[in-house]
Amino acid sequence: MQRQSANKRPRANPLTNPKVVPYVFVAPFVIYFLLVYLYPTIATIMMSFQRIDGPTQVEFIGFKNYERLFSRNYVQALQTTARYAFWDVVVLTSVPLLVAVLLHSKLVMFASFFKSLFFIPALTSIIVAGIVFRLAFGTLPTAPVNRLMTLLGQEPRDWLMYAGTGNLVLIVLTLWRWMGVNIIYYLSGIQAISPELYEAAEIDGAGAVSKFFHVTLPGIRPVLIYVITITVLGGFSMFTESVALWQQNNPGGVGRTIVGYMYLMGFYKSNMGMASAVGLTLLVLVLGVNLIQLTLMGFFRKER
Amino acid sequence: MQAKRYINYRRVVLTALATLLMVLLAFFAMLPFAFMFLSSLKPGQEMLRNGLSLTFEPGVSSFTNYAALNTYRDGIYWLWYKSSAIIMFLQTVIGLFFGSLVGYGLAMYDFRGKNLVFTIVLVVMMIPFEILLLPLYRMLIRAKLTDTYFGVVLPYLVPPFMVFFFRQYVLGLPRELLEAGRIDGCTDYGVFFRIMVPIMIPAFGAMTILSCMNSWNNLLWPLIVLSTNEKFTIPIGMGTTITPYGNAFDVLMPGAVMAVVPIVILYLFAQKTFIAGLTAGSVKG
Repeated sequence: MQRQSANKRPRANPLTNPKVVPYVFVAPFVIYFLLVYLYPTIATIMMSFQRIDGPTQVEFIGFKNYERLFSRNYVQALQTTARYAFWDVVVLTSVPLLVAVLLHSKLVMFASFFKSLFFIPALTSIIVAGIVFRLAFGTLPTAPVNRLMTLLGQEPRDWLMYAGTGNLVLIVLTLWRWMGVNIIYYLSGIQAISPELYEAAEIDGAGAVSKFFHVTLPGIRPVLIYVITITVLGGFSMFTESVALWQQNNPGGVGRTIVGYMYLMGFYKSNMGMASAVGLTLLVLVLGVNLIQLTLMGFFRKER
Repeated sequence: MQAKRYINYRRVVLTALATLLMVLLAFFAMLPFAFMFLSSLKPGQEMLRNGLSLTFEPGVSSFTNYAALNTYRDGIYWLWYKSSAIIMFLQTVIGLFFGSLVGYGLAMYDFRGKNLVFTIVLVVMMIPFEILLLPLYRMLIRAKLTDTYFGVVLPYLVPPFMVFFFRQYVLGLPRELLEAGRIDGCTDYGVFFRIMVPIMIPAFGAMTILSCMNSWNNLLWPLIVLSTNEKFTIPIGMGTTITPYGNAFDVLMPGAVMAVVPIVILYLFAQKTFIAGLTAGSVKG
């Protein structure tokens, strides 16, 4: 300590000054935030009030982009996204939770093997895996899922032609791809719960279901909040899954999400202003839904 | 303990049912891989005619498609592979460096503005990155970085999820280490690189796999930035083989298998560290 005192080192490097050091550590993020998040967010807001015909031909047009926003295609994309996000949150928070609880319960043999195995789909590219799902849910009566339908005495279907069944395929793809990730998040939460809490509940005569609702669920609340928050974000901003199943520009617009519509407007139709307005509605939607969800989950209550 | 051992039939039945459920889920998780691999062995014509099937046909199935990867459009598949690998390497190394630095700074020090910075990290994690694509793209045009690997990496230089994760991890380390290092004559940066980084290795392991996964499979942003066919990443390239006029299954399926293999091998080798690291630094409050 004494060796380091400022008196003995008058020309000490300001970068090693203890008052300065923390800011040096944090500086990269601050610069990154300004450059990659703050500036583009402001630019998006600006652009949503503009008509942009070229790098130099920019015209302020007030709320015109927003007035023209609610076209048939936009509403369709909004419906597709909302439907998907809803089922995404329902399925991807509940199924992995159930699996995680079972894996932790010691009822399952080879639990750590299953845990590792369930994670493997998350390693694949959605585009690549989506191709398999597209073929599996193909139109042909010989496509695997249709063959299964015939086996069950059902009619073969055009799964990807309709919004409802298309959404089902999307959810199956998403569950396949993300289940393992959420299982690991949940397990990390469940493992952190003190075993004594379970023992105490058992002494009070609590059964498995009661233990789940009164010990496990409250115990993993922070993890649950985290999982729901990222699932809401991922659900509303979904794009790649839709491209994997329908490609970028399918004529009927089945499966096109808000991000897909934004991409279409910005990069195919070169209507940057309109695309920015579309993007901002997505931002409002995600932040709004997450704010409601966080309030309901009591995230803001937890300050001690 | 021995005396307490008796056969609980209810428990046996429950164990069997729970394990059976896991086996079914494992089947669901692995099925697409089986389809992918078996299809990669079949001629594209066969795929066009009959679609996917879980059959292995001696005489029809062979590894010739894999050889075709080398010749398809003058071996462009391996150029996509190289692009993906370069981007993955850059993105992961840079992300780990800055992510750990910032996360460590937020956890180890008390300073004015710390809460503000951490709040920003949390808020940014809730913003859909996709809405920033258009202005970011315009920035790239102005900086003449379109169609470059650095342009692809640019939005991921200091990944907020890494900052968050490293902060959580470092919160669990004793602050006395910093004092001890200073007494030994290290600067604070020396403490970070020589003492802390080695302790943070599990966190680095978990974040390496997560970053590699994200980068290797990323589609939207690279699709916007890259315009030269030879610079495409695997997801973009594979996307170009799917056309309304028929899919190049001969390339698609073996290409899909080869794209999955390296990352699965990486995972299988590191999965213990990976899952342990992910659990240790996971969300607490």
